[in-house]
Amino acid sequence: MVYAQYVPLIILLPLLSFVVLGFWGKKSLKPMAGMVGTTVLLVSCALACYTAYQYFTLNGAYQPVIAIQGTWLEFTPTLSIDMGILLDPASVMMLVVVTFISLMVHLYSMGYMKQEERKGIFFAYLSLFTFSMLGLVISTNIFQIYMFWELVGVSSFLLIGYYYDRPSAVAASKKAFIVTRFADLGFLIGILILGFQAGSLDFQTIIERVTNTNSEQYANLVGTHYLGISLLTWALVLIFMGGAGKSAMFPLHIWLPDAMEGPTPVSALIHAATMVVAGVYLVARLFPLYHLAEGAQNIVMLVGVTSAVFAAIIACTQTDFKRILAFSTMSQIGYMMFALGVSGYGGESGLGFSASLFHLFTHAFFKSLLFLAAGLVIHVAHTNNVFEMGGMRKYAPVAHATFLIACLAIAGIPPFAGFFSKEEILTAAMYYSSTVYVLALITSGLTAFYMFRLYFLVFWHKEASVHSHHSEGCLSQKLPLVLLAIASILAGFVPFSQYVSADNKPFHAELHLSQAIAPVAVALLGISIAFALYKKESSKSDQFARAMGSLYLGARKKFYIDELYLFVTQKVMFNLIGRPAAWIDRNIVDGMVNGMAAATAGFSSAIKGLQSGRVQQYALYFFGGILALALIFLYIWK
Amino acid sequence: MNEIPVTHILFVSTGLFFIGMYGLFTRRNMISMLMSVELILNSVNINFVVFNKYLYPSRLDGIFFTIFIITIAAAEAAVAIAIIINLFRSHQSIDVDTASELRF
Repeated sequence: MVYAQYVPLIILLPLLSFVVLGFWGKKSLKPMAGMVGTTVLLVSCALACYTAYQYFTLNGAYQPVIAIQGTWLEFTPTLSIDMGILLDPASVMMLVVVTFISLMVHLYSMGYMKQEERKGIFFAYLSLFTFSMLGLVISTNIFQIYMFWELVGVSSFLLIGYYYDRPSAVAASKKAFIVTRFADLGFLIGILILGFQAGSLDFQTIIERVTNTNSEQYANLVGTHYLGISLLTWALVLIFMGGAGKSAMFPLHIWLPDAMEGPTPVSALIHAATMVVAGVYLVARLFPLYHLAEGAQNIVMLVGVTSAVFAAIIACTQTDFKRILAFSTMSQIGYMMFALGVSGYGGESGLGFSASLFHLFTHAFFKSLLFLAAGLVIHVAHTNNVFEMGGMRKYAPVAHATFLIACLAIAGIPPFAGFFSKEEILTAAMYYSSTVYVLALITSGLTAFYMFRLYFLVFWHKEASVHSHHSEGCLSQKLPLVLLAIASILAGFVPFSQYVSADNKPFHAELHLSQAIAPVAVALLGISIAFALYKKESSKSDQFARAMGSLYLGARKKFYIDELYLFVTQKVMFNLIGRPAAWIDRNIVDGMVNGMAAATAGFSSAIKGLQSGRVQQYALYFFGGILALALIFLYIWK
Repeated sequence: MNEIPVTHILFVSTGLFFIGMYGLFTRRNMISMLMSVELILNSVNINFVVFNKYLYPSRLDGIFFTIFIITIAAAEAAVAIAIIINLFRSHQSIDVDTASELRF
């Protein structure tokens, strides 16, 4: 097997770059920090593409390959935490996506962050993130994935808080970290339940044991109930809680819009294309188990649909450029989630699984493109508010063209990438249930509407009021846009289901033209409404908003979810739990310690008069003591 | 000649002890206090000798102890006088009440 020789390099090179830039990026390597990071990523990306080529040119079913496996921490001879590299279609696909997007973002950042004082550190963090994400993707066991899962969380925290002199960025980074950590609590408990019951942490072993309905582990997991729900469902729901936190699924999504405080390339890499789809990837990894536990799979489906619709509605009313894109990301990840939720297992019925990862694949390209183009436009316009932009097509022509391509792709207009993946998801949804299908269709229309609302507001709407002296940016910023735009056009033509499927057996996903009519029509409708309302400056959009009444207002305020969280944490948890706990700590725990100190001090001040400094008094005490002892020995002790 | 009863001698030694005790507690002059300590020691010596003589006349243990105590007392007197001289140098007095700095 040739993989073992160079696959570790794909992952370890970014780590090396992190270490080098972390040590020397502040001083000696600062001018060429971007160069170092980008070169390393270029090598990584080339190796990843070569691996994918090698892997997928094998014939027939794509068997999972374990490139490297070593025991890291042994608990018992049968239960240990391993470190290894697992190559299967999904992980190889993710290797390519992560390294490619990361390479584009590195390239873009070379121009974007040129003026930054701390760019050495920035590139070091980017490398750390890339390393962690790649490690997450190739994990062979659930504990390894958990460790890298936390590592991506840390790098996300560091990068959101990169502008640490802005209080909002600091608050956003804390929020992101705390919310995802809270979700990871569920993840950890889920891992422990599953690992304990299955007697292994290894993905393949767990799946092998639990899917075998005659096995002891299956009987334990399905037969043992807690609160009327089987242990398997509990474990999977808790693991999904971790995934939902990382993937910003409703109701754990509140950190994602705030995370946009980070630099734009970071939003493109972490909060659009790679880290936030980790939840989808996790569910896909354990998909055979989710398929066994119908309850857990239904929860995945419900949360996915809710997030998709919910975020799409909010995105229609927001005014911050990057937050609109953030809600769009959330909506699209909801799409991927419910595609997993409606999927069957094996052969044609596994369409939802393939479609989900296909959408993950295409979405990575056009969403990171949207963010990178947004970065250019924000740089030119000097504002994040889309209503203060307008007419940007003259100032940022490259961004305009590529943004349009990405918008068409996300709206699902053929022949752009999003059309193919979305069509597969919708087909899978249609086979599952008509309610889900209709909701998905509505989301699709809303997606087209808010993306083109954004597009028209930014690039048309009115003549540019800002006369910017900033140019659109240098070649290193434009090149990634063009490359990603090409990818956004071509990625849809990849026969994805022939490579990635639930049971690793390729199948042919038919593209039914009759089923494609409805989504495209809905998308075109959305685009035309956006065109009518926002192409020219007019009062039509305000009238429309007023007609929607409280729905508009609620969506504008993100349905008060943030306020709800604030209420729950500050009013309920602080007052009911925090304050009594603080009282106990202050008065009882501290009181005991302070009381002992006070008693000692009081006793000592009471007896300190004995030490008078007079020798004869001491002699008297001594004599008194002897006398007392003599009496004791004479009369009492005998 | 009738032997003196043991209790008589013990009365003497007890008297001597309490005279020494009284001097130790009431005198402020350190030389006087030292002399009082010597009185106490001597009362003990008398006890040793008396009990040796009356209880075990054939043995000499008590007498040895007495000699031992006299030797120690001589050394102790040397140390005590050295302390007194030092005290006088630092306080220009050998009154123990002037040397009461080591207090709370």
